[in-house]
Amino acid sequence: MAQLALFLGCVIPNRYPGIEMATKICLAKLDIDCTDLPGASCCPAPGVFRSFDSPTWLALAGRNITLGEDMQRDLLTICNGCFGSLADANHTLKESEDLREKTNVYLGKIDRQFKGTTDVRHIAEFLYSDIGTGKIKEAIEKPLGLKVAVHYGCHLIKPSRDRGLGSFERPRFFDELVEATGSVSVEYSDKMECCGAGGGMRSGLKERSLAMADHKLSKIKEAGVDCIVNACPFCHMQLDAGQPEIKKAFGKTYDIPVLHYSQLLGLALGFPSEMLGIHLNEVKNKKFAEKLKSLVEEN
Amino acid sequence: MKENNVQQQLKEAGIDILKCMQCGMCTGSCPSGRHTSLNVRRLVRHAMRSQDVLKDKELWMCTTCYNCQERCPRRIDIVDAILRIRSIAAHKGIMLPEHQQVIKLLLEYGHAVPIDEMNMKKREELGLERLPETVHKDLEALNEVKTLLKACKLAEIID
Repeated sequence: MAQLALFLGCVIPNRYPGIEMATKICLAKLDIDCTDLPGASCCPAPGVFRSFDSPTWLALAGRNITLGEDMQRDLLTICNGCFGSLADANHTLKESEDLREKTNVYLGKIDRQFKGTTDVRHIAEFLYSDIGTGKIKEAIEKPLGLKVAVHYGCHLIKPSRDRGLGSFERPRFFDELVEATGSVSVEYSDKMECCGAGGGMRSGLKERSLAMADHKLSKIKEAGVDCIVNACPFCHMQLDAGQPEIKKAFGKTYDIPVLHYSQLLGLALGFPSEMLGIHLNEVKNKKFAEKLKSLVEEN
Repeated sequence: MKENNVQQQLKEAGIDILKCMQCGMCTGSCPSGRHTSLNVRRLVRHAMRSQDVLKDKELWMCTTCYNCQERCPRRIDIVDAILRIRSIAAHKGIMLPEHQQVIKLLLEYGHAVPIDEMNMKKREELGLERLPETVHKDLEALNEVKTLLKACKLAEIID
């Protein structure tokens, strides 16, 4: 198994540190060799910075990748945006001699060179491919029995020609990972639809971005789930922090708890929800909190 | 003029929007188009016909979900095209003020979403270090990022 270094990105360490903690303790419990990646920056965010200036986007992503190269470790991302940027940039820099040379001119200014010796992984596809749902099931201490609305997020699986994770229309691997925790992945309308945060929409056109999240949440509400599980802190923020924002903008209340997969896995591995930072979400659903508490007491 | 020609720049990037037959698969697949005025088919036609596409507000309504690109029967890299056109627009100073702000944050902190006091407290509450193991904690690394962004002339976009 590859040795890994954890690429934190921006939103997880700086807005949802519970996901950082959850990821670290889950990886340790599963005996996965993953260290910090000191000195990493923004990936940089694909929707905005690639929109503004592609050479800058490639250079900064290239620098982050060289940090992993120096450590001879693959980068493990826990965010679809970081995965999108770093995997796409890594692929481009490995494939295109022209762009690699141009990017290395920039990287040369800080005494770095992109060599193309490392890979970029996403925790969902890494756990699925390299660890496997069988091993995860074996490690589970508390089958959760939660009804979950799985939200893949766009950049985990698309552009599919670069991801190689199978069908982008009806993928299954993330559902299987969720089900490995003893939860049920509940089907719902527009399951594969975007949360509305990406491409600079959340920062630039907030109200319309929230209208997209509102649509998604309304479909999830119809399905009657305990919580949403995502693989991306930007989707997480849109669907969690977005709920009070939607209440303010459109007067609608959802109160649906939102968990990153690391947090769901952490619960199933026996960690208390406070340790996983679930209580630090914007949505404070008492019923769900009590359900998590009773899970602990049952075991 | 070559440098002003959207089509020319797309072609150089290996994206041929002239293959578009205006079938509308993109528009029918677009989640943003359900909630905004974005009509991808129309946007592509606009890009085929006129430089004015650089001022088209719909350029910035795309969440880059890639549905249109995945489903395009002519296999046109539509999202890649939109990103390219945005970039040409941004270099002409056509961009949203909120996005200029995101650039400023990256230039100053090396993070598009930097840490704040409330989240430092949340980190401590969780037993994590107050600052994450990123450029936030490593001044030398932050200076490296700043030097790199300077070499890339990122700041010129918002000048």
